[in-house]
Amino acid sequence: MNYETVIGLEVHVELKTASKIFCGCKNDSKSEPNTNVCPVCMGHPGALPVLNQNALELGLRAALALNCKINQHSKFDRKNYFYPDSPKGYQISQFDKPIGEHGYIEIEVGGERKRIGITRLHLEEDAGKSTHAADGSHTLVDFNRTGVPLIEIVSEPDIRSPEEARLYLEALKSIMEYCDVSDCRMEEGSLRCDANISLRPIGSTTFGNKAELKNMNSFRNVQRGLEYEVERQRELYDAGEPVVQETRRFDEATQTTISMRSKEEAHDYRYFPEPDLVDLDIDDAWLEQIRASIPELPAAKRRRYEEDLGLPAYDAGVLTADPKTAAYYEQVLAAGADAKAASNWVMSDILGALNSEGKSFAECPISPDHLAGLISEIASGKISSKQGREVFKAMWETGKSAAAIIKEQGMEQISDVSVLGPILDEVIAKNEKSVADYLGGKDRALAALVGQVMKATKGKANPALVNQLLIEKINALS
Amino acid sequence: MSAKTVKDILTSIRKGETKSRDWVQQSLSAIEQVDGELKSFLLVDPETALQAADHIDSGQVSEGGLLRGVPYALKDNIVTKGVRTTAASRILENYIPPYSATTAQKLQAAGGVMVGKTNMDEFAMGSSTETSAFQKTANPYGKEYVPGGSSGGSAAAVAAGLVPFALGSDTGGSIRQPAAFCGCFGLKPTYGRVSRYGLIAFASSLDQIGPFTRTAEDAAIVLNAICGHDPMDSTSARGQGEIDFTEGMDAGVKGMRIGIVRNLPEEGLNPAVKAAVDEAIRTLEQAGAEVVEVELPHMEYAVATYYLIAPAEASSNLARFDGVRYGRRAEASGVIDMFERSRSEGFGMEVKRRIIIGTYALSSGYYDAYYKRAQQMRTLIRQDYDRAFATCDVILMPTTPTTAFKFGEKADNPLQMYLNDIYTIPANLAGLPGASVPCGFADGLPIGLQILAKPFDEKSILRVAHAYEHLRTFAWQRPVLGVAE
Repeated sequence: MNYETVIGLEVHVELKTASKIFCGCKNDSKSEPNTNVCPVCMGHPGALPVLNQNALELGLRAALALNCKINQHSKFDRKNYFYPDSPKGYQISQFDKPIGEHGYIEIEVGGERKRIGITRLHLEEDAGKSTHAADGSHTLVDFNRTGVPLIEIVSEPDIRSPEEARLYLEALKSIMEYCDVSDCRMEEGSLRCDANISLRPIGSTTFGNKAELKNMNSFRNVQRGLEYEVERQRELYDAGEPVVQETRRFDEATQTTISMRSKEEAHDYRYFPEPDLVDLDIDDAWLEQIRASIPELPAAKRRRYEEDLGLPAYDAGVLTADPKTAAYYEQVLAAGADAKAASNWVMSDILGALNSEGKSFAECPISPDHLAGLISEIASGKISSKQGREVFKAMWETGKSAAAIIKEQGMEQISDVSVLGPILDEVIAKNEKSVADYLGGKDRALAALVGQVMKATKGKANPALVNQLLIEKINALS
Repeated sequence: MSAKTVKDILTSIRKGETKSRDWVQQSLSAIEQVDGELKSFLLVDPETALQAADHIDSGQVSEGGLLRGVPYALKDNIVTKGVRTTAASRILENYIPPYSATTAQKLQAAGGVMVGKTNMDEFAMGSSTETSAFQKTANPYGKEYVPGGSSGGSAAAVAAGLVPFALGSDTGGSIRQPAAFCGCFGLKPTYGRVSRYGLIAFASSLDQIGPFTRTAEDAAIVLNAICGHDPMDSTSARGQGEIDFTEGMDAGVKGMRIGIVRNLPEEGLNPAVKAAVDEAIRTLEQAGAEVVEVELPHMEYAVATYYLIAPAEASSNLARFDGVRYGRRAEASGVIDMFERSRSEGFGMEVKRRIIIGTYALSSGYYDAYYKRAQQMRTLIRQDYDRAFATCDVILMPTTPTTAFKFGEKADNPLQMYLNDIYTIPANLAGLPGASVPCGFADGLPIGLQILAKPFDEKSILRVAHAYEHLRTFAWQRPVLGVAE
């Protein structure tokens, strides 16, 4: 039997605010444990939450960037549950009026654009972090993370393969980065993803029993976990065995998923409106201001790079994946460089060098202006492409401009016919055999002659010009 | 020794006749003399209080301060930095707060001197102060009678003259009812008028801090010091500006429209209480007020509505007492076991009862039938008052159906206990300001006249109360237990 895979993702994204969502504590969960805490986020008796306006603004920006309809009249609710790292015994979240609903993300699958629906986006506070002793003797709780602002983004069950799930996450991360609302570092927990996955016979419109997958700490692991689940569920169905609705944990060591709770306990969170906060009324003017603050998003940018700049889809994808790459690339263009040449240099050389040294664009020793300068030196024929690579290396090491390095190292190409003429004549005179071979139809012999000219000029001769002049001169001999 | 008003004390200190230390010392002596029997205080700190008084007397604190040098007490659900605060619960028996409530900070900034923390029903859940985990507070008018609750300690302390004023909190009548039972003035301000930051929450949408005083004028003075928007409390009202509540309070009632409720639910209403309230209304009418009838058609549903909303919020508000970060932690074999044991040992019966009711009301499948319908009824009750206040300035009715009852009389019958709040609960549901002013005695026990006004119109209440206090002398009566005039 052939099956269709049905996947929906629930993503939590930490917002990049200076302070926590309901108190003035620093939003930094990596400090010494329990140093960024106060009576509010520690849930002391009598302490009350006050909404951080900036968290709401970033949440709205994210919702707008994900094409959500904004609920301008919204509210917070309490989600009640007991856990040691939940200091109030409830989490302040949003239940029936999330700030955003009915949005979507566009991904590209096999050259086709596809929309993945977003059911809802809501604001909530993060919990603390529990560390359980291996022997079960105690649990340590760090409350630095308690009250860090989060948005939860729930997708529609529109995702049809593990690969689509990864593409959705990459697109989501990219949009969040463009809007400057989050770092989205999955390894550090600033983006967390749970996945619901089920199979159904192709053509069926009802859903099969789903597994909820947790504990995946990279996009790759999300894809792998889901791939494993697809196989596991398919084998069960094929063997005529039932798929149990359950929560499963991805185990990185074995690259498999392991059942956490076979019988799902039905949680009753007893949601009710948070009486310590006033309802949210988001006025039109503010919303418009936030909308205007959203930069060109990756999908639009990619389209523009393809259509207006004529870049291949691959280039456009790589250059727009991260807003910093795109910003750098656009500055190189602004300095006058050719779009495709700039794309090649940024994609392979700049990104390659940054990655191998673990540097960010902020630390890039070659400025966009300098890279544009290098591209222009090559385009004008002053240096060869091959020399360009050497110049690039020197620029990376010294931070100097291409022009300065070319001058220092005497690398200007010789393109002057009056200089090249006598050298060529001498090479032709000294290499009668090669000349005869070439005339005899051995094209490769020409390369040897070009090599001799390059040797004589210490590599500075313009190779294209040398090639052309040699052919002219030899043909003139016959 | 005498029981002076806040106003008298302020005047005397300003004139240089007395010092803060004199009043603080007098308050401490009265507590020592009377509180062994009254048991209104859970904590008294003479040393710190006298130091604070000396500090003020030495002139090291800048001049001014609305309550400069005046001793006071706080209900023990208002947190005080470094000073044990228990909400009269075992679960917070040894809790030392790391911060002070906004009201506590404001009183200190105004030059007031805290002498101690007063007894209350555990987590403010009760109408007699009997649910306190620590002690039973007596009614100053008869020690076999309850002082009312939940702010029974504050009411008894003020009525007995141990302090000139105290703060309490009112969720369903917890200031007005004990004020009525103990024969003092108690004011519940409009919801949002006074910051709740640092008030250990019972029901967040209903709780409000307010003063107990001997007179309406003193309440106005204290309210001046504690009111105002607080950036730490999102529900505290903005844009109310600078108000002097003492201003215009002696304008008299001539021309004021007094609303009386047609078809007021009178089941369980003591005839002596009814007679005293009717007499008070006649007194005000004779002084020039116009009496109009108003309708409050949904009043009979108020108690039922309240006993869904308040426990629902409480069940969530009290979830934080889990033994993890502070308060009582029981020995246990695992974390869930620790939660269960700590809470089982730490909470009393009434608190447990309300947590269970509230949890049930919010549970999936019951939410729509209980919590949601209660919220709808709350809206109808609020609309009743909006309509009523279109035709009058204040509404008068009894604060309570009866005078103080005896210890144990209602402790085993929660429903009877809850029905005692029938006249006070609607103001909390509608967010209105309300006060209780002494208006007579029945068998030697005080009776309270309740005065309600529209939101943020505490001034009308204070004006009527002030006028009444000068038409009749009930406010100046002294109880058997306490300091003589």
